[in-house]
Formats: sequence, C-alpha cells, structure tokens
Amino acid sequence: MMGYENQGFEEAHLYASKEEMASLVLNEDPSPPSNGSKSFPHDPLSSSPPFVEIPTDDTDPLHPPSANQVLPSHSSINSILEPPSYADAIFRSFDSDYVASPEVNSQDQSLSALPSFSSDYIKICVSDPQKEQEQSGSLVPGGSYYFTYLITTFTNLPEFNGAEFNVRRRFRDVVTLSDRISESYRGYFIPIRPDKSVVESQVMQQNEFVEQRRIALEKYLGRLAVHPVLKRSEELRVFLTVSGKMPLARTTDVASRMLDGAVRLPKQLFGGESVVGGAAEVSEVALPAKGGRDLLRIFRELKQSVVNDWGATKPPVIEEDKEFLEKKEKLQDLEQQISNVSQQAESLVKNHHDMGETMGQLGLAFVKLTKFESEEAIYDSQKACAADMKNVATAAVKASRLYRELNAQTVKHLEKLHEYLGVMLAVNNAFSDRTSALLTVQTLKSELSSLNSRIEKLEAASSKIFGGDRSRIRKIEELRETVRVTEEAKNCAVREYERIKENNKNELERLDKERQDDFLSMLKGFVVNQAGYAEKMANTWETVAEETSGYVK
Amino acid sequence: MVQSPRSLSSQAPYLTVSVTDPAKMGNGVQAYISYKVITKTNFPEYQGPEKIVIRRYSDFVWLRDRLFENYKGIFIPPLPEKSTVEKFRFSAEFIEMRRQALDVFVNRIASHHELRQSEDLKTFLLEDEQTMERSRSQETGIFKKKPADIMQIFKDVQSKVSDVVLGKEKPVEESNPEYEKQKNYIFQLEDHLAEAQKHAYRLVKRHRELGQSLSDFGKAVKLLGNCEGNSLGKAFSELGAKSEMLSIKLQREAHHLLMNFEEPLKDYVRAVQSIKATIAERANAFRHHCELAETIKFKEIDLNKLRLTRSEKLAEAEREYEQLKADGEELKMKFETIVKLMNEEIARFQEQKTIDMGVAFHELAKGQAQLAKSMAEAWRSLLPKLEACSS
Repeated sequence: MMGYENQGFEEAHLYASKEEMASLVLNEDPSPPSNGSKSFPHDPLSSSPPFVEIPTDDTDPLHPPSANQVLPSHSSINSILEPPSYADAIFRSFDSDYVASPEVNSQDQSLSALPSFSSDYIKICVSDPQKEQEQSGSLVPGGSYYFTYLITTFTNLPEFNGAEFNVRRRFRDVVTLSDRISESYRGYFIPIRPDKSVVESQVMQQNEFVEQRRIALEKYLGRLAVHPVLKRSEELRVFLTVSGKMPLARTTDVASRMLDGAVRLPKQLFGGESVVGGAAEVSEVALPAKGGRDLLRIFRELKQSVVNDWGATKPPVIEEDKEFLEKKEKLQDLEQQISNVSQQAESLVKNHHDMGETMGQLGLAFVKLTKFESEEAIYDSQKACAADMKNVATAAVKASRLYRELNAQTVKHLEKLHEYLGVMLAVNNAFSDRTSALLTVQTLKSELSSLNSRIEKLEAASSKIFGGDRSRIRKIEELRETVRVTEEAKNCAVREYERIKENNKNELERLDKERQDDFLSMLKGFVVNQAGYAEKMANTWETVAEETSGYVK
Repeated sequence: MVQSPRSLSSQAPYLTVSVTDPAKMGNGVQAYISYKVITKTNFPEYQGPEKIVIRRYSDFVWLRDRLFENYKGIFIPPLPEKSTVEKFRFSAEFIEMRRQALDVFVNRIASHHELRQSEDLKTFLLEDEQTMERSRSQETGIFKKKPADIMQIFKDVQSKVSDVVLGKEKPVEESNPEYEKQKNYIFQLEDHLAEAQKHAYRLVKRHRELGQSLSDFGKAVKLLGNCEGNSLGKAFSELGAKSEMLSIKLQREAHHLLMNFEEPLKDYVRAVQSIKATIAERANAFRHHCELAETIKFKEIDLNKLRLTRSEKLAEAEREYEQLKADGEELKMKFETIVKLMNEEIARFQEQKTIDMGVAFHELAKGQAQLAKSMAEAWRSLLPKLEACSS
C-alpha cells in the first residue's frame, strides 16, 4: 500500500502518529495549526517564563475575582482578560479566559479573602536546579550530590525589608521549613509539603524528577505565600531571605517551643491586630529561669509517662465540643465526596481522551479511503463518494483535535479538586494538633488530681502522728512544689489548647469561604469550557450534515 | 427503494418487502428467531397485492445461495453474518441489527431488475413454511453447501485468484488489464473499508463508555452537592443532573451510530466480499471454458486421426466432438455473460454505494451535531444558576 503521496492532504501518512494527526493541516481550517503538545499555556504566574514577565492586571493575584465571574458575553470577557499571544489562540473566545481565573487561583487560594489584604504581595519562583557536591566528609568516595534550587521572592511586605530576594535552597531545607511551621502553627491548615519520593527519584530520569520537584516546590511555597497567617511567619521569611546556609534549626524542643511560641504569639497573628491569648502569654516572659527548666522537665516526664502507660497507642481523648465533632464529621464526609468526584473526573477525562483518539483514527481511515478512491476513480459516483468522504474525514480529525484540547483544559479545572484533597490533609493535621493538645491538658489534669490525692493521703496519715511526721511533711512539701509547677504546666497547656481551638475555628471559616469561591469558579470554568468545545464540534458536524443532506430526501 | 423500470403497463410495477416482528421460537439449543416477511406487489405472477410469510435466517441463506448459483455475474446482496457468540444471539441489539440487514437484503433483491424475476425469490416470498423448509433441506442435501462451506470456498478461490493475480501459478487467467485493475481495486477496497468499519465500531463503544462515565460522574457530583449544602451544593446537584441527562443522550447516540453508520459500513464490506465471490465465479467460468477448449482441441486431433484410419469409431467420435463443441459454446457464453453482467454491476454498485455511504455520512454528521448541541445547551443552561450562587 505504498504510493500515497501528499495529494491534497498534507501530512496524511498511512500510519500517522498522534503528532502527525495533530499537525494535519486541513484545507478548510482557517485557524492556525496547533502543535499538539500543549494546547493551553500554563498559568501566567508560573515560573518558567523569565521573571520579568510580571503579570499585568489580568493575572494580578490580588485582583478581585469579580471580573472573572461576570458573564455577559465572551467578547467583554475577552477585553478584561485578554491573554498574551499564546501559541493556540484558537479557543480564546471562552475557555482561556475562564481557565485564567482558576489558573490564577491555583496558586492563590485566598483570593477571596482579599478585602483585608489588598496591599500584600508575595510571589515566589523556583528555578535553576543545580547539582552540588555533598561537602561533609562522607565515606563514599567521590561524594554524593544533591540539587539546589534558586528561590526568588518578590514582595512588598514590610517585615521583609526588601523587594526582591534570591537564595539557594535544597529539598532538605524545605523539609525543615515545613517541620518548623508545623510546630509553630498548630491548629492552622498548613499546606502539605512535597513528598520526599525516594523511590521515584531512583526510578525516574533525573531531569524529569528534578523538574517535577521544582514545580512541586513552587506550588508549595506559593501556597504558603497566600496563607494569611503563614505568609507572615518568621520561618518563611528566614527561608526566603537569608542567603547561604539556612539558619532554621531542624526542630525545636516542643516544650521550649511552647514557651517561645507563647512569647512570640502576638506578632504572628494578623499583623499584630488581634491577639489570641497573646496578652496572657506576655506574662510568661516573666517566668523565672528555674520555672522554665522545671516546665521542661515536666513535659519530658509527661511524654514519658504517656508512653509508659499507654505504650504505642494514644489514650482516648474526651472531646466534649459537640459543634467541633459535627464539623469534623462533616469535613470527613466532604473529603470522601471530593475524592469520589476527583476519581470520576479522572475517568471522565480518560474517556474523553479515548473518544478523541478513536474519532481521529476513524478520520484517518477515511482520509486513506478518500485518497484511494480518488486515485482509482473511474466513475463519477466514485468521485462524489470520495468528496463526501473527505468532508467526513476532515470533520472527524477536527473533532478529535477538539476533544484533545477540551481535555487539556478540563484537567486544569479539575485540578482544583486535587488541591482540596491536599487541603483536607492539612485540616486533618490541624485537628490532630487540637486532639493532642487536649490530650496534654487532660493528662496534666489527671496528673494533678493524682498528685493532690497523694498529698491528701499523706496529710491524713501525718496528722495521726503527734508532732507530725518529719519525712512525710517533707514529702508533702515536695509534692506541693510539684503540684505548683504542674499547675503552671497545665495552665500553659490549656492556653495552648484554647489557642489551637481558635486557630481551628478561624481556619474553618476561611476554608469554607475559600472553598465556596474556588469550587464555584472551578464549576464555571469547567462548564464554559465544555459548552464552548461542544459548540465548536456541533458547528463542524453541522457543516458536513448540510453537505450530505442531498442524500436524504 | 423500488426503481421503476420503463414499463408499458398502466401502473408501474412494484415489489416491496418488509422484514419485521422478530420472535423467539423454540427452547434451549434449538431456539431461533423467526421474522415476518410482508410482500406488497402488483406483479401478476405473485397473485395478490399482499402476502405475509414467516421466515428464519437459514431461509434467507437458502435464497442467497440459490441466487448465487443461478445468476452468476451479478453481485448478490450480502447477508448479515451468523452470530458466533452464543449469548449475544438473542440480545435485542443483535436481533434488531440482523432484522435491519435482512430487510435491506430482500429489498435489494426486489429492486434488482434481474434478480427480482427469480423463481426462488417467489418461493421465498410466497410459499408456506413447510414448503420452504422442504426446499431448504433439499438444497442442503444436494449441494451440501452451508454458509461456513461457502465461505471456505470463497477463501480458497480468493487465494487462488490472488495467486493468479500475483502470478504465482501457471495462469489460466484472462489477460485483461482493465479487469486486473478492477480486481485490485476490489481487494484493496475491502482492506480500507474493514479498517474504517473497525474504527466505526470502536466509536460506538466509546460513546457508551463516555455515557457511563458521565453518569458516574454526575452521581458523584450530586453527592458532593448534598454534602456542601446551600447554593454551591445546589449548583453541584444541577451539574450532576445535567451530566446524567447527557449520559442518556450519549447512549442513544451510540445506538444511532451503530444502526445508521457502523452497520452501513459493515454492509459495504460484506458487499465487497460478495463481489469477490463473483470474481471467483468468473475465474472458474474462465478456467472451465479454457479447459474445455483444450479438450476440444485434443478431440479434434483424435478425430483427424480416426478420419485417416477410417475407423468405425469415427461416427461416434464425431458425435462426441459436436457435443463437446456445443458445450464449449455454452461455457463460452456463460463466461461472456458473466463478464457483461459484471461490467454493468460494477457501475450500479458504485452508484448505489455512493448513495448508501452518503446517507451514512449524513447520519453520522447529524447525530454528532445533535449530540454536541445538546451538550452545549445543557452546560450553558447551568451558567445562570452558577451566577446566582456567587452573588
């Protein structure tokens, strides 16, 4: 079956591959050919274009979404969100604009929380991965290596004392950052950091792996940068601005962190406006050093006793807050549903993909048939048949391409669902923080009550002895001292618990609001996209239907 | 579908048939489907304007075989295949597809100017079931031809023909370059069509799969809507409902595609295979004709020998010789008839095919356009509701 020259169907080879199909230039198609690989460019906020491409008003992350959500006609949307000249300008009329809005949101979950932060701005780019040798005297000859990434930050936040920063960090530093934030910001919905993915790093091609990691890091830092509280954390600031070796220690002792954290709280919350439990904490600064050391000791012992008494399992926590329990259940249900929809969405995308493929193959088969008929045509009827076939083939290939592009967009829209699965993880962590804080409180309370009952017993026993029992009295005094310190610890733990509870509450409100906005815009984007492509397909096929209507009388 | 030939009678002669009302008969292994065959005609030899008979698939096969035997050179309309998968045999879809194909089959015969005059057709359309069954079993007895056998013969001949075409054998073939070209065309056409049909069938499957997926998606979205509550939840629920609605449309389009696009394509493939059978017949006829011509030559030599020796066997030999020559003439005529018929048939075939495919393409385009439009409408209808949510 050789000899199919390019006659009238450029590039239609016998066994055309997907790429060839994509590059098939069809005679009637006025739009510029797509290159098949990427139908829609990535988020204008993403890092791959050079940094100088600071977005204009359409991609300002703080630009209120109201413009995106107005739907009078496509042309007005065009004028608001005219994207730069991307390769595939074909489908600008509807989907690119809508994709722009969720695209903007993908890095900016708190878009809707804007009103109070209208002047804040942090943009973080991760780029330029470089291989570096492990410095420490490792036993491995030749040394192992690791990758560092260039982290560039643009900001106008006052505490940064600067507008642009460039530092080099390795993945290990990110892990440290994440761990430190988790310690300091218990109760908040803290974005989940990228996986260490040890297995993947062995299996994948290095380039691919590094690129994948680079993207993941950028996304992660971006999420931190839009969290209203975390974006102002010291840990993040230090990570982003201090050149050379990162000064954040791997972890701080939980106990001292509680003290430190208690002292620094006022600054961390909402730019210092509202202070949750802050006023109470200030008095902690005045704690004598001995008190601090004693507290430390208490917490260590507490941890140990929990382990001793309960082994590996956690003791049951008596959560009394009904409202919280309800909310928790509801969120679990939500998580389940989001996961389901996400799965079904994946399946939907796959089916659209298959449909597009088969449609394309059908089109190609007809292309070949048409060529064949045209070459062999003796009768006029054959020529007519060939002409019809050509129209159908053209339409089928076009439809196939439309399916492919539709899919690429759909994937972007539905990515939001995946994001929220990640958010759910963060929520679970925050709830865990609360639970373990409550556990601490309850354990301390029970410790206190057992100490007090021991004191009572000793006092009762001692009172029976005339003149007192010296050893017992000493013991009682020691216990009283322990009680005092434990009491302080308990109060500290209670304050911590209340703080976490408050964080949970605020975060839940934020989550609800943002989720509404995000899902709504995702829905809109999805729906507009589907509608637009369906209309294009309808037009394509309607033309053919008209051309062949003569056969049906 | 009846072509009106030039006619001197006051009313144009017509013969239309419909194959309807499939019904399952019998039980177990012996179960089969019977069809009602309704004939409407004004042919004088049919004695009556309307007649209804009951027929089964093997009756149709009988008719096809008879026509193939008696009308060499004409492209006999193809039959739908026998079902190979047992459980599929009684599925509603399969029965409908078969019924449609059988209807097309009979009507094509009824509209072919030569075939419609066949006695066997008359038998098929008019006789009661018992007579039909008797004729059928007689035929299978005598000719021992079952569909599988015929296919095997086709295949043998096909390979023989292609061998000949490729010059593998010592050719007893026509040296007719135009005919060669036609044969080549037919063989390659079959390959192309088979591929197109394969993808058409897959496309039907994809529609079904996408429909199912959309339905599952809709359900999941609805559940999410319930979970969210308030206006967002309602938006999700609406999306879910639309998805489910569209899923139904997709299933419908899948069926429509199957019956109105994939089947015609399959029919086209079958028609080409039928032509191949005719090609094989023509090759046979040619070979017989040549072989006999050889035999006659040898006989002539023998005859001359006998003449020289003035043998008593001469008279008998002369009689035999004359007989052979008469046979030879007959075979030659048979062959030439086939050639003539084939030439006419090819032109008719191309014309008919163009129309059939034109219709099929139209159905494809129409179906796809309608489907796409419904989808666009459904999605667009959600937008005002989504708008209401954000305000």
